[in-house]
Amino acid sequence: MITAWREAWTGRLLLVGMMAVTVLPFLSLFVTALHPSGTYPPGLAWPSNPQWGNFLRAFEAANMDELLISSVLIVLGVVPISILLGTMAGFAIGHLRVIGSRALFLTFVLGLTLPFEGIITPLYYQIRDMGLLNTRWAIILPLIGLFMPFSVFWMRAHFINMPEELSESARMDGANVWQLFRRIHVPLAMPAISSLGILLFLWTWNQFLLAIVLVDDPTKRTMSGALGAFQGQWGTDIPLLCAGSLLILAPTLAIFLIFQRHFVKALLQGSLKG
Amino acid sequence: MARPVGARSTHRRPPPTKLRGTRGLIGWLFVVPALAFYAVFVLRPIALTFQYSLYKWDGIGPSTWVGPANYGKVFTDPDLFDSLINAFQLIVFFSAIPVVLGLAIAATIRRIAASRLALVARTVLFLPQVIPLVAAGIAWSWLLASTGVINQFLSLLGLGTVTRAWLGDFSTALPAVGMIGAWVLLGLCTLLLLAGMSKIDPALYEAARLDGAGAWREFISITVLSLRQEIAVCVTVTVIAALASFDIVYISTQGGPGNTTMVPGLQIYYLAFSEREIGTASALAVVLMFLVIACALPIQWFTKDGNR
Repeated sequence: MITAWREAWTGRLLLVGMMAVTVLPFLSLFVTALHPSGTYPPGLAWPSNPQWGNFLRAFEAANMDELLISSVLIVLGVVPISILLGTMAGFAIGHLRVIGSRALFLTFVLGLTLPFEGIITPLYYQIRDMGLLNTRWAIILPLIGLFMPFSVFWMRAHFINMPEELSESARMDGANVWQLFRRIHVPLAMPAISSLGILLFLWTWNQFLLAIVLVDDPTKRTMSGALGAFQGQWGTDIPLLCAGSLLILAPTLAIFLIFQRHFVKALLQGSLKG
Repeated sequence: MARPVGARSTHRRPPPTKLRGTRGLIGWLFVVPALAFYAVFVLRPIALTFQYSLYKWDGIGPSTWVGPANYGKVFTDPDLFDSLINAFQLIVFFSAIPVVLGLAIAATIRRIAASRLALVARTVLFLPQVIPLVAAGIAWSWLLASTGVINQFLSLLGLGTVTRAWLGDFSTALPAVGMIGAWVLLGLCTLLLLAGMSKIDPALYEAARLDGAGAWREFISITVLSLRQEIAVCVTVTVIAALASFDIVYISTQGGPGNTTMVPGLQIYYLAFSEREIGTASALAVVLMFLVIACALPIQWFTKDGNR
């Protein structure tokens, strides 16, 4: 009994310690953000006169309202289309088993672990030739392509477990393939689709490389890319930089806390399957 | 964006009863839009990266064929080769620390899995996965700065002599960057392993206890063995994160001081967009893509062969 008790307490202590380490950077950002702008506050020290106005100044300096709109537009461009195309392809490969579905699947899987840096150079010239540099399309269109391997992989894993009888009976009732897909299979796939949506939202929102290479104007980037520009501009004003960073990571944090159960599940499954 | 709409309208036409058609043309119509995006924005650029890697090109003027010379440069130019070495050194921090520490923490947590603390921890430990890596980079740059919290703690502990600007010191910059990566990935690994542990049959532990196995023996022969698959996933994800790291390094050190934290991803970015050496950048990109696949595939195969 005594060992069990001691084990439980070591476990708790370890857990609390780890949580402290996890939270420390956020805490440091927050405390530093409250110091007078332009100063170099020493470590973790509560300021004598907290400057809550720093958040307002950072909001204005970073054009937060424009950034939010821009990120939302990019997410709206990427996520629904990626889900639709990924689900359709996953359905055809996993359930319809189209001719050559093995080869198709392998082709998509090839891109599953592709580091974006590997193709960023030709992508730049391609986007330039398409006349899309410095527009939000420069982030949206490539991201849809880059997310395809995972989306197809993910949805195929769902559809491959769907029993054939399900489709047989629908076909008896005279449903064509599109109706079969839309009325029967999409509703059943909703859990897989919503997990995919969460992951794609997060990856789009936090996309950095494409944003800094393909879009010069920070207000047309994703949040993450804009933060890079913000650091370049305000990097010497530490409290302001910390306030800006907190503001920029606040939306994902808020959405995470609201949907945390789905997030944790989706991310765990996502890495298991990826 | 016109593509899926077009595809949708064509699907209404085919006669409903034909089963065989769905494996052919009709089925393919479902794949074509996805394949088109994938081909234009991934496969074509991959092919072009190969092509560029065989030329000398500044991105503007005419290009000259140089064959494999760019690859020779990747492996002989110390600046380029060191970036590959650095990426492999980062694996120690990005993979080894989160996986080993994650195993220990998960095993300890498992005993109190039902408590409220464990539930809160699940949420908190996930925070680094949710925020942009850029934000993690900024926060840690400040923590590791000469007046940052890390040095404050060290001074409190009486270790004032070792304090320094961790990211600016030639000998500590790379480990410091590695610690940022470890911070980001530790929570993910812990939770993945924890999820796997909940699936282990408790009877296995009882049997081991009856056989007189000690705690360590039990941990190795039951916990670690049963978690093969989860461990492989953690290793794959974190190794790729190390090899393809970009955001954290770009924000925290820009590859410096000197070249001590230069990684292939950042080197490609500089070569292509500052130094305008498209050929060299592409050769390094090809090497990076191969390295990632070479590291990811065996780990995946290893898991598939596992009997679960």
